[in-house]
Amino acid sequence: MGKSETIILDEAAISRALTRIAHEILEHNQGTDNVALVGIRTGGDHLALRLQSRLQDIEGVTVPLGTVDITMYRDDLASRGSLPVGKTDIPFPVDGKRIILVDDVLFTGRTIRAAMDALMDIGRPRNIQLAVLVDRGHRELPIRPDFVGRNVPTAASEQVMVRFDDQLRPVEVCLSKP
Amino acid sequence: MAFNHKHILGIEQMSAEDITLILDTAESFKDVSLRSIKKVPTLRGKTVINVFFEASTRTRTSFEIAGKRLSADTVNISASTSAVVKGETLEDTAKNLEAMKPDIIVMRHSCSGAPHYLAERCDFSVINAGDGAHEHPSQALLDLLTIRQKKGHIEGLTVAIIGDITHSRVARSNVYALNKLGAEVRLCGPGTMLPPGIERLGAQVFDRIDDAVSGADVVMMLRIQQERQGKTMLPSLREYSMFYGLTPDRMKLAKPDAIVMHPGPMNRGVEISSAVADGPQNVILDQVENGVAVRMALLYLVSGGEKLEDSAQ
Repeated sequence: MGKSETIILDEAAISRALTRIAHEILEHNQGTDNVALVGIRTGGDHLALRLQSRLQDIEGVTVPLGTVDITMYRDDLASRGSLPVGKTDIPFPVDGKRIILVDDVLFTGRTIRAAMDALMDIGRPRNIQLAVLVDRGHRELPIRPDFVGRNVPTAASEQVMVRFDDQLRPVEVCLSKP
Repeated sequence: MAFNHKHILGIEQMSAEDITLILDTAESFKDVSLRSIKKVPTLRGKTVINVFFEASTRTRTSFEIAGKRLSADTVNISASTSAVVKGETLEDTAKNLEAMKPDIIVMRHSCSGAPHYLAERCDFSVINAGDGAHEHPSQALLDLLTIRQKKGHIEGLTVAIIGDITHSRVARSNVYALNKLGAEVRLCGPGTMLPPGIERLGAQVFDRIDDAVSGADVVMMLRIQQERQGKTMLPSLREYSMFYGLTPDRMKLAKPDAIVMHPGPMNRGVEISSAVADGPQNVILDQVENGVAVRMALLYLVSGGEKLEDSAQ
């Protein structure tokens, strides 16, 4: 039996959500002082780039942007095998920064835990805040996002996917039912 | 692409895609060694035993550091401290090690095929850290990573490997690896150090170093393995140095941007002059640095290999 898919956010809705998150980041941090964005590969890094552009449009400031690959920090090597390891690229000192960790979908929280471990190994940020486009619930760890594009109640068996075009722009968020 | 090898026994069994995946993974792991906290939790809870039945400083230390940087528990066993000196067979040693439930055994042995023997009989993953005159896959992979970093590509390059080809597992693994990635390989050494039929591996054979080095992008010098030489192989080290030693004048025959490699340890003044060994074209310490990253990649990839094989069935 085939899967059924529902589009829960289209391109315009994603754009509005990212703009709102950018405003919330600025309000929460009272500007861009010491703020830096770090996207989680892959998906979060593309969204972090969009947020950087939004912050630039609103404040006229280009905040530092980095990317973190969490493959080395996953806790499921035994069950999933050795996945391809990507590059972590954080071209600024992490120490003392207010890091906005960006991911596309927040699910169990294990990816975020791994990303925080990876960041802590690189330096000592002042704090880490979490921005996600979709929070679908089913947390297995005590992790709560600071900025959310859309809360989407889901069943554990469903999938939520953020699709990007060739220019890595987010075009839709789909909910897939088995 | 998935890596579905449980063991790393030699380059001969690998595809070009396998080699590229290992090099790409090593590039990512190299960043870990450049941080202030040089450790990731990737292999937490895994046990790696380095069993070295032959003397080694560089390779053993490199594997040990690689394991530790991935948070594995690493244990070293050398021939002098193993029960082999008390007459235990390799199979009995292996079975005893297996009973201690290691995940990976890194093995160096003077007999070609010893790691294969172990891999067929035991449950753990085996990584060949050099077996006799057969293969030294991790050395060839770190050589390829160094070449790729310095040249940007491997395909189309001309690589001259010079020295004791007969006894060199490094040369054999490099011929396989470079051929698979599309490089032209030249082998050069005195007739007594070139095994008959070596060209069947896919390399051109030269007896004059000047011809082998001319126009080369990479010049890889091999150590004269004095401990393995019979009296009939070399009249004298001085004569070898005169005819096959890499000097600044000979390097001028290679391409201007050619790099000089050596798997170490070097016999300065024998196969390579100090002026070349310390010159601007040498990448010998880059090879050592890349060795840790390549071995991290191998430990990581074989740790998932078994599961991927299972899931493919």
